[in-house]
Amino acid sequence: MSFVEVSLELLSGFGITCLLFILTLVLALPLGLLISFCSMSKFKPLKFLTKIIVWVVRGVPLMLQIFIVVYLPRYIFGTNPWFNLNKFFYFNFGIQFGQDGAGMGTFIAVLIAFALNYACYFSEIYRGGIESTSQGQYEAGKVLGMTKSQIFSKVVLLQVIKRIIPPMSNEIITLVKDTALSNVVSIIEIIRAAQMMTDKAIWPLFYSGAFYLIFVGILTLLFGFIEKKLSYFRT
Amino acid sequence: MAYLSIKNFYKKFGQTEVLKGIDVDIEKGEVLTIIGSSGSGKTTLLRCINFLEMPDDGIMTLGDTELFNPAVKDTEKTLRDKRLNFGLVFQSFNLFPQYNVLDNVKLAPSLLLNEKAKGYKKQLKGQKEFTRREIAHKVHQFKEEEKAKIEKDALELLEKTGLTEKAKAYPCELSGGQQQRVAIARALALKPKILCFDEPTSALDPELTGEVLKVIKSLKDQDRTMIIVTHEMGFAKSVSDKVIFMADGVVEEVGTAEEIFDSSKSEKLQAFLSNVKDKDGEQ
Repeated sequence: MSFVEVSLELLSGFGITCLLFILTLVLALPLGLLISFCSMSKFKPLKFLTKIIVWVVRGVPLMLQIFIVVYLPRYIFGTNPWFNLNKFFYFNFGIQFGQDGAGMGTFIAVLIAFALNYACYFSEIYRGGIESTSQGQYEAGKVLGMTKSQIFSKVVLLQVIKRIIPPMSNEIITLVKDTALSNVVSIIEIIRAAQMMTDKAIWPLFYSGAFYLIFVGILTLLFGFIEKKLSYFRT
Repeated sequence: MAYLSIKNFYKKFGQTEVLKGIDVDIEKGEVLTIIGSSGSGKTTLLRCINFLEMPDDGIMTLGDTELFNPAVKDTEKTLRDKRLNFGLVFQSFNLFPQYNVLDNVKLAPSLLLNEKAKGYKKQLKGQKEFTRREIAHKVHQFKEEEKAKIEKDALELLEKTGLTEKAKAYPCELSGGQQQRVAIARALALKPKILCFDEPTSALDPELTGEVLKVIKSLKDQDRTMIIVTHEMGFAKSVSDKVIFMADGVVEEVGTAEEIFDSSKSEKLQAFLSNVKDKDGEQ
């Protein structure tokens, strides 16, 4: 196995890692905001229900949630819609995401589990950021004749963003590494790609770690940059 | 009938009665100060006037308009319009930290302008005389003119409050006194009919109170109608046309500055004033 061969294998796995990472963020960032609004709602039943969901999702392992999203539908519908999707996309478009027939359907199921899980974590970070905004900021907006949405978008939002950047960057860096959990339902992300080569060599495993390090390094720089950009004011 | 008239304001928080039937009258151009020990309901009264709290009962009229009546349910929109009659300067400034001084002053008028421009566009459309292009052009022109006005007004206000050099500074770069002067300019930018102050110097170091009080005095010289809640008795005496002493949620005594400070009748007021004097003496 040459270095180039291994690199190509790992890169294709890393592609799936990145895809899962980016799509999870795209879904979980707005969904988390929605959940945080629900958990701050004045309508008690909604608030209570949201708190229960967040408790459950944060309270059980992500791996278990992946299994449940992938395998539960079979017991509801009699046939597993994810696996049907796998077949459909494989036979019509030749799309595959892993071993044992794991394809588009499995990937979507994993994505749903990730998005919901991370949305719950994000929602708590958002809530902390929003609730720590001083009441005075809202009142100043009110007496200046602003609407509720103007107060949120023009006054509160940027302050919240500034405050949540450090905890968010923590969570997002964790997400990069959590994508490896998709492995358990046979998605070939980068670690599975490296693992499949272990009967011939051990070094691809270490090599796969380098991908994570570089990716997380770039994210760290990016968040540092944003923090610096927002350092011109204090909340 | 007085310019601003408040009759029989009641306010309860849970079981605690904070306002127990407050009457206040102010004429146009008058400066009213409200004094009293903490917990007497001064700040709550001011917050009710600004619709940050809703009184449980009472009537408030400004000029010929009824602003508060417990029988009338306000929508968010009507509440906003009513609030715009008043400006409020907070004890803790509450500037918007992410905007520089000039933008803090310009923000609210600019947001109102967007709404005005939308209304103007609707009105032009309703006339059915103009093409879409002409309408867009007219609205754009209107916006540009108004924006220039807002900028000019804001710069004038900063000059009046002595902050011209700080226009591009951020709140975290300013002293407390400067921040409070920005807050005054920001409140004035919306041209409120009555400007309210909630202990404007209580969060300031003693050496910084002077600059803020000077600005407030200059506003009196321009015949602005103001309501000031303050603990600065010397200032209250020199600036007020009318003073209200509040105790335990009621107006204990009303009068001119001389009547209140030099020939007070109520025992509570006499005790309060001598107490304040003792404290000043200690310092």
